[in-house]
Amino acid sequence: MIHLKGISKTYSGARAVHALNNVDLQIPAGKIFGIIGSSGAGKSTLLRCINLLEVPDAGEVWVGGTRLDTLTPRELRRARQKMGMIFQHFNLLTSRTVAENIAFPLEIAGVPAKERQRKVANLLEIVGLADKAQAYPAQLSGGQKQRVGIARALANDPQVLLCDEATSALDPETTKSVLKLLQSINQRLGLTIVLITHEMPVIQEICDFVAVMENGIVQETGPVIDVFTRPQSEAARRMLRGTFAQNIPPELLHRNNNGEPHRVLKLSFVGERAHEPIISQMVQHFKVDANILFGRIDQMKDLPFGMLVIELVGPEEQLDQAVGFLESQHVELEVLV
Amino acid sequence: MLWQTLWQALQETLIMVVASTLIAALFGLPLGLALACTSPGHILENRVISKLLGAIVNVGRSIPFIILMVAIIPFTRWLVGTSIGTTAAIVPLSIAAIPFAARLVESAIFEIDRGVIEAAQSMGSSPWQIIWKVLIPEARASLVLGLTITTVNLVGYSAMAGAIGGGGLGDLAIRFGYQRFRGDVMLQTVILLVILVQAMQMLGDWASRKLSKR
Repeated sequence: MIHLKGISKTYSGARAVHALNNVDLQIPAGKIFGIIGSSGAGKSTLLRCINLLEVPDAGEVWVGGTRLDTLTPRELRRARQKMGMIFQHFNLLTSRTVAENIAFPLEIAGVPAKERQRKVANLLEIVGLADKAQAYPAQLSGGQKQRVGIARALANDPQVLLCDEATSALDPETTKSVLKLLQSINQRLGLTIVLITHEMPVIQEICDFVAVMENGIVQETGPVIDVFTRPQSEAARRMLRGTFAQNIPPELLHRNNNGEPHRVLKLSFVGERAHEPIISQMVQHFKVDANILFGRIDQMKDLPFGMLVIELVGPEEQLDQAVGFLESQHVELEVLV
Repeated sequence: MLWQTLWQALQETLIMVVASTLIAALFGLPLGLALACTSPGHILENRVISKLLGAIVNVGRSIPFIILMVAIIPFTRWLVGTSIGTTAAIVPLSIAAIPFAARLVESAIFEIDRGVIEAAQSMGSSPWQIIWKVLIPEARASLVLGLTITTVNLVGYSAMAGAIGGGGLGDLAIRFGYQRFRGDVMLQTVILLVILVQAMQMLGDWASRKLSKR
């Protein structure tokens, strides 16, 4: 759906900033694609390259089979009408009512008044703000403002929805409901959503794919579940560290079990695996003691995702066999000690 | 007799102020929009035009009104056929007010959150649509306040128009109150001017509040 090829962008100034450095990214149609990175990683610039609010110094921008960066200004404006965008600070017109804000992109696209009215009513229904049609943005809460922003972004039936830190200014409760709305829109309308965020939970909650950005470079990209369970890059691991407490206190890892051999393992379970009694099977088969040091289970979009840190105590030979058994069970396994 | 003179002077002041305010708004709005929109990073960024307009506006604003009034007499005569009287005074008043109004328009436009403009761009708006549908409506409350400031300023400037026989309350105060030692006339005109300015400011504040939906 969206294909970015070799995108580079440098901001000149007293000190030149390489915001994007030869970025390649493929975003599949109909999926929710998250771009995560800390501030200054270049994710916001990358998102704006998709609708050319930022013009890259080099590279090609393809959306739905059209190359955007070579279009004339008029053609580009037409193309932008098919790409919705929502913002961290909502960016609603303060002088217009909710209904008028949603009608704005329709006016821009030259939709007749009758048709505009019909579409606005329908959009208000979708985002659950039918009773606020005549309110002004100043009278709304943050969550309601973002819903107006979403309705506005959907007005011209876009194929792509770009979300610029859309939930970063919202409280956790509201964030959840806005994410739910985005997810249901993705499923119902089948449009491609690209979102940028610095919050792992947002990725975890609704994204199918994720790209991890750092220093203007995409460090890692893939299905969310893969990146979460088997992060390949240091950047991805750093981003994950905040989400899952993976730092087991060193005293626990290196304590002396009266000289008895032990192993500390980190196990990750995804999907069905999270429900199976693998640990108890292992304990019964190999006669080792298992001591749970840390564990949690999360929901990752639709998949349960569990993580467990266990200590096994027993004779060396049995420990090796137990580890071998776990490996054969297709559980993500990392031997910490 | 005196009341008649006062009434006449008030009318002259109002004609000068209202006419020059309208002309200042008519030219100041597009000029201010051009100043704002061609500035670096704005929707019609253009260094050359921005610098050129900025220079013209600064020159216009740096000439003292009393000198401007005399300096453009040939132009005034060419435009309205005379250089004396209320109508003639409208010309220098307007010319003085245009750059002033333009700067106020410019700052009103700069107040608009850049994110809102970016949102309009992301929806495929043309620069023209952004000006009409975003910049002017979003700035309307500030624009009305700017217009009020311009009007009040013009009341002050119009007092100087007496120097070219423009008439008005200021002229009356100088000729009767000062030159003929009529302290009562001086006081009356000053009170009238105070009431006039107060009323204009209140009206402007009210309209601006009405328009602001923030």
